[in-house]
Amino acid sequence: MKVKMLSRNPDNYVRETKLDLQRVPRNYDPTLHPFEIPREYVRALNATKLERVFAKPFLASLDGHRDGVNCLAKHPKSLATVLSGACDGEVRIWNLTKRKCIRTIQAHEGFVRGICTRFCGTSFFTVGDDKTVKQWKMDGPGYGEEDEPLHTILGKTVYTGIDHHWKEPVFATCGQQVDIWDEQRTNPICSMTWGFDSISSVKFNPIETFLLGSCASDRNIVLYDMRQATPLKKVILDMRTNTICWNPMEAFVFTAANEDYNLYTFDMRALDTPVMVHMDHVSAVLDVDYSPTGKEFVSASFDKSIRIFPVDKSRSREVYHTKRMQHVICVKWTSDSKYIMCGSDEMNIRLWKANASEKLGVLTSREKAATDYNQKLKEKFQHHPHIKRISRHRHLPKSIYSQIQEQRIMKEARRRKELNRIKHSKPGSVQMVSEKKKHIVAVVK
Amino acid sequence: MSAIRASESLLASSQQEELEDLPKDYPLSTSEDEGDSDGERKHQKLLEAISSLDGKTRRKLAERSEASLKVSEFNVSSKGSGEKLVLSDLLEPVKTVSSLATVKKQLNRVKSKKTVELPLHREEIERIHRQVAFNKTSQVLSKWDPIVLKNRQAEQLVFPLNKQQSAFAPIEHVLSGWKARTPLEQEIFNLLHKNRQPVTDPLLTPVEKASLKAMSLEEAKMRRAELQRARALQSYYEARARREKKIKSKKYHKVLKKGKAKQALKDFEKLRKVNPAAALEELEKLEKARMMERMSLKHQNSGKWAKSKAIMAKYDLEARQAMQEQLARNKELTQKIQVASESEEEEGGTEEDCDPLVPDVVNEVQVKANRPNPWMFRNHSSDAKEAETQEDPEEIAGSTAHEASESEEEEGPLAEEEILLKEFEERRSLRQKSGLNQIAEPVGRPETKDSSSQAILSELRVLSQKLKKENRQSRKQEVSSVKTVLAVQREKPAQEEEEPLLLQRPERAQTLDKLEELSKEGCFQNKELPRAAAEGQCLERNPDNHLGAPKEKKKKEQMIDLQNLLNTKSPSVKSLAVPTTIEELEDEEERAQRQMIKEAFAGDDVIRDFLKEKREAVEASKPKDVDLTLPGWGEWGGVGLKPSAKKRRRFLIKAPEGPPRKDKNLPNVIINEKRNIHAAAHQVQTLPYPFTHHQQFERTIQTPIGSTWNTQRAFQKLTTPKIVTKPGHIIKPIKAEDVGYRASSRSDLSVVQRNPKRLSIRHKKQLKKNSID
Repeated sequence: MKVKMLSRNPDNYVRETKLDLQRVPRNYDPTLHPFEIPREYVRALNATKLERVFAKPFLASLDGHRDGVNCLAKHPKSLATVLSGACDGEVRIWNLTKRKCIRTIQAHEGFVRGICTRFCGTSFFTVGDDKTVKQWKMDGPGYGEEDEPLHTILGKTVYTGIDHHWKEPVFATCGQQVDIWDEQRTNPICSMTWGFDSISSVKFNPIETFLLGSCASDRNIVLYDMRQATPLKKVILDMRTNTICWNPMEAFVFTAANEDYNLYTFDMRALDTPVMVHMDHVSAVLDVDYSPTGKEFVSASFDKSIRIFPVDKSRSREVYHTKRMQHVICVKWTSDSKYIMCGSDEMNIRLWKANASEKLGVLTSREKAATDYNQKLKEKFQHHPHIKRISRHRHLPKSIYSQIQEQRIMKEARRRKELNRIKHSKPGSVQMVSEKKKHIVAVVK
Repeated sequence: MSAIRASESLLASSQQEELEDLPKDYPLSTSEDEGDSDGERKHQKLLEAISSLDGKTRRKLAERSEASLKVSEFNVSSKGSGEKLVLSDLLEPVKTVSSLATVKKQLNRVKSKKTVELPLHREEIERIHRQVAFNKTSQVLSKWDPIVLKNRQAEQLVFPLNKQQSAFAPIEHVLSGWKARTPLEQEIFNLLHKNRQPVTDPLLTPVEKASLKAMSLEEAKMRRAELQRARALQSYYEARARREKKIKSKKYHKVLKKGKAKQALKDFEKLRKVNPAAALEELEKLEKARMMERMSLKHQNSGKWAKSKAIMAKYDLEARQAMQEQLARNKELTQKIQVASESEEEEGGTEEDCDPLVPDVVNEVQVKANRPNPWMFRNHSSDAKEAETQEDPEEIAGSTAHEASESEEEEGPLAEEEILLKEFEERRSLRQKSGLNQIAEPVGRPETKDSSSQAILSELRVLSQKLKKENRQSRKQEVSSVKTVLAVQREKPAQEEEEPLLLQRPERAQTLDKLEELSKEGCFQNKELPRAAAEGQCLERNPDNHLGAPKEKKKKEQMIDLQNLLNTKSPSVKSLAVPTTIEELEDEEERAQRQMIKEAFAGDDVIRDFLKEKREAVEASKPKDVDLTLPGWGEWGGVGLKPSAKKRRRFLIKAPEGPPRKDKNLPNVIINEKRNIHAAAHQVQTLPYPFTHHQQFERTIQTPIGSTWNTQRAFQKLTTPKIVTKPGHIIKPIKAEDVGYRASSRSDLSVVQRNPKRLSIRHKKQLKKNSID
């Protein structure tokens, strides 16, 4: 007689260590797991709801400045260090982990117009309304030493912005013209002009480091080549551009923050049409900064909010605001792409999460898998109306909300008018102008 | 000519008209000797034209010369109005010289000389510079196109992009600028130094080094060779053993076994002589092996081989012998359990009993096989006793003599049974000889309860036939129960029931069932007992049972069970008069029930209602035709007037036939094809942007990504995030080196310093080209 014994191989169910997960045998027969689409849909819906529930982006407010924060700078080597310059000429260095100011310098008289760190992180430069460029050591002075700048350059005109080269001891300032300076010299090694404007900001390209972009008050954006010491091209927009930011992963892409509430992403080789027009702000956009991954950027606006835009989308995916935050003047995305800092008129620097509902700290592998799965589900069902509605829902301050409504009406009216004009004029005589082309006045070679 | 033509292009526009005239006129005035008045005039004109060629200074000169010409005819003057007088002209002999030569020369001079263009405007120059620089820059930037595209389309991007090498840096490099400062660190270092743990050179500790040095090369080689040899030998022996094991020849194995046994015996003898203690030990070992063997039940007839032999035993003498041998061996092995000498004697007795009573082969086998299972022995005897006590009344009815003998001796039943068995066998053999008689036997006999000897015999024969196939033990049990002819007949069912009680084993029950079945089979095979006979048997048994009924309830139940079994097996048994009447009754009841239900739901014709409903639903869901006829439009209208058929036909818009209904072929179903508003709230209304066809979109939705439907690996693959960042790592801008491009060797600064405002040669060339354009 054959005896059938229960035989079990301990390898199949015994854990090697206590920390291992219990092995659960699974049957993947699809008939045993019916209704996959509805079930996944419900999971996606729940994930979306939970995302909204846990969306608490505000982390900290760094207060200490005695005037509006005018400029921010990241430390190139340390994630925890942030520098800020205020409208009263004070520069502060902050430690983000401790959320404390670790150093305060009275750098300038009047505004600190610009601040930038050297690529090695040992020193930083500031420009101010007192027509000076100052270089400071990153570490504080020793005991009993005066807090003196390393170098001070006295210029003829006011400098409105400064940026440091990404690899070499060169920095660029802007004011009446764009000057390129060697750190060792007191005179610019070259200055580039194109017409007579006051240039509000200048930025080095982080990839092709000899390229610069600047924006001037006569509504134009000018690109320069440092090696050939010439400007390259100029694009004139409808309204003034406040600042630009280069994409750190795509050498030829930059985004301009404009006074007409929009941001424009350009391919610098084809300036006549922006790649994308980003519109959601309801007031002038004052600053923009790219995420180090190059996939998103954050913009600060006069409408007391900051918004996060995907590079390839015209609408923002996130808006941050608090009751106390006033006009946001400067914004930075930290180098680990996890946090956003913004400095505003009411003297505070605020720290936000880049992903509002992200859990901070170390995740277990199961948590990670769950978040990944939820993310994918949200992505998969993003077009479904309920999910779309929930994921898009944001609370907005009344001022912004009503502004949005108002502008929507205005825009609609303008569109209607244009359509009417086309309808009532000779066919072909009036053309519909696309949104991208509408704001470009001219490209000057 | 060509010169003139060439000059034409060079000259200023003011002079163009005159020059245009020139080529036309020129051929006519070949020489001044022509004397033609017309030619003369033309010549003059030409001269004038040429004189006016040379510009202002010449004109001035010509003016003067003209004046002199006019003043005096004999004065020396140049021929051409705008020509200088050269000495060579004067020296030349008078001859006809074409005045054109000088013109040609002049023209050549003009041609060879180039005018310097005006410098461009500063802004223009800057513009060109900018253009050139821009082209150059965009060229430089275009190398990033493939990388940007790749990164945009990448399934997953892991930041930071530049992967750090995971190579182990020697600790000395890591610790170059580091010193133990805190007391804890110093303590640790002290400990390490004490143990001579290498801190700076992390290769080997002294102990490790020493151990490495301990074995010399030759030694290691030798050791290795040894090991190799051992391995080779081992594999050789293994292969040989395998080969030998594969040999199928029985003879070979037998010989081998014998040889081994002999060898063992010899060895043992030797050992006994040399070392009696060791021999004793060996003996004990053998004993132990024997015990083990006994415990293993290997030599009973349950094995595959034994079973096959049991089948063959009937026909094959050799097989029979083998089986006997096997059984003998089993006996021998299992013998020792009976410590009491009585049993041994008894067994011997039985054998003695058996031996003379072996007339035919089967019996012989049986006798040998009838050895009581020592494991069961005790048990059985006691059980048997119990059974006997239970069966007392029956047996009293049967035969008292045997009873007495049983009570007299304890071991009696066994011997008796065996004797009885032999009797049966003898009878059976007798009956087999007169097989025809059995067939011709009347069927209904058993019913009469007269218990003719033939019928009983047939039953017994069936029993014995089956017994052959049964296990020895079970067989013995049954045989033991058969005592006398009559007693057996009555007792058998009781015995059958009892046996499960005696030995609560499934096997037993099975054998019982088999027995029953086999008895039936036997009936059919031999065609001795048709169905009626079987029934008769049952009937016969019943009274027996009735007799035994008061004894035990259990028995009764068992009996009923058995009968049920039979009933189920032979449906004909069921076909009695009584059950059919019952069925009829049931039918009537059912009918009444149905009738009642019918009456209760008399009004409802559910099916018709449903069909109607479905028809309505189908009608409602059909697209309707649109009738656009306006009565009274284009014809007389009024009460009772209908628009003409032609007009109606013309203005009727036929609705297109929709897709076939889903429940078209499902008569019992109505599928509502109307849109569900509640579901629609969750459905996508328009095709989302990146998709070009709704099927694409549906496919993405239909493939589940959860771990419920996918394997772990697939799940991980499906849910990989697009961007992965490491917490706490600074993500630097992409670099040319990262993506495999050569970084620019010159630094931007050096370029700027070298030529702050100068342009490269290539740049200049390009500039020139641009300006010409």
